[in-house]
Amino acid sequence: MISFVIRRLIGALLVLIAVSFITYLIFVKIPGGDPAFRIAGRTATAQNIEDIRQKLKLDAPFYEQYWAMMKSLFSGSLVSYSSQLNVVDQIKAGIPATFSLCIGAAIIWLFFGILVGIISAVTAGRWSDRVITVMALIGISLPVFWLGLMARYLFAQGHPFAFMPDGGYVPFTSNPWGWFTHLLMPWWVLAILFIGFYGRVLRSNILDTINEDYVRTAKAKGLPYKRVMVKHVLRNSLIPIVTLFGLDFAAVIGGSAILTETVFDLKGVGWYAAQAVQDLDLPPIMGVTIYATFFIVLFSVVVDLMYAWLDPRIRPT
Amino acid sequence: MAERLIEVKGLKVQFATEDGIVRAVDGVDFELSRGQVLGIVGESGSGKSVTAMTLLGLTRDRNTRFEGEVLYKGRNVLGMNEGELQEVRGNEMSMIFQDPMTSLNPVYSVGAQICEAIQIHERADKSTARRRAVDLLKQVGIPNADSRVDNYPHEFSGGMRQRAMIAMALACNPDVLIADEPTTALDVTIQAQIIELIDRLKDEFNSAVILITHDLGVVAEIADEIIVMYAGRVVERAQTRDLFYDPQMPYTWGLLGSIPRLDRPKQERLHSIKGTPPSLIRSPTGCKFRPRCPHAFDKCMEEPPLENRVETPGHLDRCWLSVAEKRQLRERTLSGEEAA
Repeated sequence: MISFVIRRLIGALLVLIAVSFITYLIFVKIPGGDPAFRIAGRTATAQNIEDIRQKLKLDAPFYEQYWAMMKSLFSGSLVSYSSQLNVVDQIKAGIPATFSLCIGAAIIWLFFGILVGIISAVTAGRWSDRVITVMALIGISLPVFWLGLMARYLFAQGHPFAFMPDGGYVPFTSNPWGWFTHLLMPWWVLAILFIGFYGRVLRSNILDTINEDYVRTAKAKGLPYKRVMVKHVLRNSLIPIVTLFGLDFAAVIGGSAILTETVFDLKGVGWYAAQAVQDLDLPPIMGVTIYATFFIVLFSVVVDLMYAWLDPRIRPT
Repeated sequence: MAERLIEVKGLKVQFATEDGIVRAVDGVDFELSRGQVLGIVGESGSGKSVTAMTLLGLTRDRNTRFEGEVLYKGRNVLGMNEGELQEVRGNEMSMIFQDPMTSLNPVYSVGAQICEAIQIHERADKSTARRRAVDLLKQVGIPNADSRVDNYPHEFSGGMRQRAMIAMALACNPDVLIADEPTTALDVTIQAQIIELIDRLKDEFNSAVILITHDLGVVAEIADEIIVMYAGRVVERAQTRDLFYDPQMPYTWGLLGSIPRLDRPKQERLHSIKGTPPSLIRSPTGCKFRPRCPHAFDKCMEEPPLENRVETPGHLDRCWLSVAEKRQLRERTLSGEEAA
């Protein structure tokens, strides 16, 4: 078990190095990516650009530059090319908003996804299942930027059914109620897609599991319906959901809630990443990439451990 | 006479499907007494498994219709509610299934799955249930049962899993043990061991056994009485000895003829019954076996009743041929010279 964890962590480190290196490489190769040119501004002379290049050591071989950037990133001294702000500080500043958004949304989507999946599996073929199926497909198909804007248009202050504040982030420590009301809409907007998706996946898992021979065995043992459903059907159907959840949660924590954060003006890590990409600002892009990769790698290790815990067949012996 | 445990009267089970009504079981009668072993034999799709699952109410569904009666100690199982059924299942009647690879839940230990039944039915506490589970595993011949009880199903071999299934089925000392093709998925050497085990435990637990199989060789050793099913009906019913020495139904001859035998002249290839079992939605008129039967004649357009035609009482069959004709015709089928 311990050697399994160590092996996974070494693998994770290699992934981290590879991802950062590839990101760096893509950046220096894309047209218009030359940082000196961008920093110098519109009226720069050739001399200005050359000076900046000297200062940032941009004429050094790219692997030396890569090494220098990684060193300054991990020592916390990396600054943005365009705003000159410290990258690590900026990411740290975005974390409360991102974590609040993602953890809240994850709780909602996991709870309702499982609920919806169970209801539609148990009533498969009946009207409740049909209604849920249609709703789930609609939920999966709605783009976040549209759904988010519609939600704001309908429910935010100053609009027809106003009962929510419009956008922005209020720290939990300064005003818990404000924090909650500001996040309620973004939580649901982010969660809707996942609820539909998880509901569908769980429904089909349950319907597959219900026909397993061991479920028939459980019934033949004389177990009550509820116990058969919870201990034998649901327990086995939820295993794939754990994987899905681990990876999805890592992705949104890692900044893939860009659209939700942007629509609701939550200045989180995703929003920061969106800004950096718009400006083609290499240091924050590298910083956010490493941050995102860290969470994805971390959660894939956690998922593997959870999997081994849930399914004895894949426990390393 | 031993206590009558099960009485099935005119049982019909029908499934409504998109293509029409499937008459999976179409009029089955039998009785089972304590200490008795009843073999139910037939090809796939003859309705033998559906009959067995119906005894435990496992075929209940929105699209299933039942007719007739299944009496367990005089109580009609078909009329029981879910709560009453749960009391009967596993406790008074229990079942072993065909494939031990998939019949155990992979995420719980073997012991936990045995304990589950004991805890539900006898309200036993955990440690008592566990001790019972270890004892049961010992009884079914699992070595090192004390440590094996915590193993997961994937750590058991096929034969051991089927032994564990038997232990689970016997956990609450049931009166009736239904074994649905318990040896089909196992090695031939293991098959004999499992059949022997069922036979021995039946006496130790003083229960009755219904053994379902498509292999007459399997039931020959332990069954007292055999029912041959075809297209949802009983086509022949006799004491085991009579069925083997004086089979009356051409379908039974076919089944007997498909067993490889060392005491007959060597055949080019193993005999098989021509054709396939009929559709249970639109089954043939008259005798259901008529389309596959080489001895069919005009009268077979009318369905023969299941009745006693030979000298031995209790030996029933569904065939219009006279007993003398049958005895003459069957020799050729049984020796494999002619297809049934």
